[in-house]
Amino acid sequence: MRKLKNSLITSLTWLIVIIFFFPVFWMFINAFKSEQDASAIPPTLIFEPNFSGFQRLMDRGMADYLLNSLTSSVLSTLIVLLLAIPAAYALSIRPIKKIQDVLFFFISTRFLPAAASLLPLYMIFKSLGVLDNINALSLVYAAMNLPIAVWMMRSFFNEVPMEIVEAAQIDGANFRTELIRIVLPIVLPGIAAVALICFIFSWNEYFLATLLTTSDAKTAPPFLASFVDGRGLFLGVLSAASMVAALPVLIAGWIAQKQLVRGLAMGAVK
Amino acid sequence: MTTQTTAKTSVVKVETQVKKARLSRALILPALIFSIVLTQIPFLVTIYFSTLEWNLLKPTEIKFTWFDNYVAVFEKGDLLPATFATIGITSLAVVFSVVLGLFLAVLLDRKFRGQAVARTLLITPFLLMPAAASLIWKHSMFDSNVGILSWLTEALGGTPIQWTTDLPFLVVVIMLTWQYTPFMMLILLAGLQSQTPEVLEAAAVDGASAWKTFRWITLPHLRQYVEIAVLLGTIMLLQVFDPIAIITKGTGGTKTLSYLLYERAFVGLNVGEAAAYGVVTVLLTIVVATVALRSLFKVFIEGGQR
Repeated sequence: MRKLKNSLITSLTWLIVIIFFFPVFWMFINAFKSEQDASAIPPTLIFEPNFSGFQRLMDRGMADYLLNSLTSSVLSTLIVLLLAIPAAYALSIRPIKKIQDVLFFFISTRFLPAAASLLPLYMIFKSLGVLDNINALSLVYAAMNLPIAVWMMRSFFNEVPMEIVEAAQIDGANFRTELIRIVLPIVLPGIAAVALICFIFSWNEYFLATLLTTSDAKTAPPFLASFVDGRGLFLGVLSAASMVAALPVLIAGWIAQKQLVRGLAMGAVK
Repeated sequence: MTTQTTAKTSVVKVETQVKKARLSRALILPALIFSIVLTQIPFLVTIYFSTLEWNLLKPTEIKFTWFDNYVAVFEKGDLLPATFATIGITSLAVVFSVVLGLFLAVLLDRKFRGQAVARTLLITPFLLMPAAASLIWKHSMFDSNVGILSWLTEALGGTPIQWTTDLPFLVVVIMLTWQYTPFMMLILLAGLQSQTPEVLEAAAVDGASAWKTFRWITLPHLRQYVEIAVLLGTIMLLQVFDPIAIITKGTGGTKTLSYLLYERAFVGLNVGEAAAYGVVTVLLTIVVATVALRSLFKVFIEGGQR
């Protein structure tokens, strides 16, 4: 009886898991179908694998857009780390007066709808001639991710035992040795989690990319959205494009699930 | 003599403390300046723009008009519906995904074959690029001709539904719930797994039923995790844009504040009015966020005390 109940619950779990995963599964399957098969009703599970979708992606220059996505994600993540590590270190290990105000300021900028500060940025970028420029987009992404990165990073720095830091200071370690030799090795997993999250947010970002880029600096998400303009059947090629664009983040997230949750929950979840 | 030395050491102490504070400030400053330059100053400029009469078609005729743009914004009357749309979509998606996420977290907290695989598959919707997810849902699931859901309703003998045109609000809520449930599940699962097994064993020894243990031990323990989940979900969902821009284009009660602002600012040509929309949207978002979070946590606290 107990065994029966147990396997019933397990089956229910798997049923829900399958329902949740189904759209992603279907995207994977459709990516390898011909357009006729991808749009067939009733849907087919048995089909001849077809790679024409991927071929058409390359023909439409998806590689360039992926490269743009990669550039903006990596560049913005590096900027964020460069700014957030010292800030988080100071806020956590050498706290100053008014630290609450600084923290509040950072989190409040995250509540500000991006669109509100975007109009002047758009105008400035336009007059500087960097409206369709991947470096400019990276800067904006860095600004978008910085507040959350400071918060997450601080929660990781907070776990560094103060005794170790104090011992190093008494031994006469200067600030640089203290940061690089003592503190950074301890918080390295945390920094990796923050970097991963910033990368994911930038890679997946659609709104700013649509507004601040047009062709040269266009990233993968707006490219995907522009895919549906043609007539005729497009489900196969759309699925292929979505799959290729989403895969890097999917793989990274699958591998680093635990760090991801901890980072996103700002260290509150152990 | 002794007083002199203490005075001396305290001077040294004060000096090092000043030095330390200076170092701390120097470390925080770059991040602070970067943030201010790219977010705060543009917002101040937005406020300035909002007082100008500035049409992109007449770039030479820019003049100061006080609050005319705000009057125009309020007379259009699309702020209130957008506020309701934002509240509706955010709160429904947060509530559904937290409830579903809790249910799934409890299911996944058991030991069963393939548990790790199940968890990995389940978090995928949250990792999937939102633009890709919106496109797949729109064209592969909800489409009235080739969508799986239409085929399913017909196969089960129902009449096919024109999802995206007839039920856009529901479509957005379904898609967002699908996207955020895994995230909530992960946070709540971490909460479940942080319970001390001894307490649960003690409850079992005392003869407490599974439901009673869950209600009186697990749920109170989970409260702080639910709060984190709700807080983060609200922050992210208040500004949600992708599914609305891609699936519904703001039709059928899905025109949220962020989409309205996008429409006004980048489709129209009136810079001053767009800026006024920006300022009002920020204020409304802050009000909605504060009120929503406050009242939600009130429910939790009262529920916890009963």
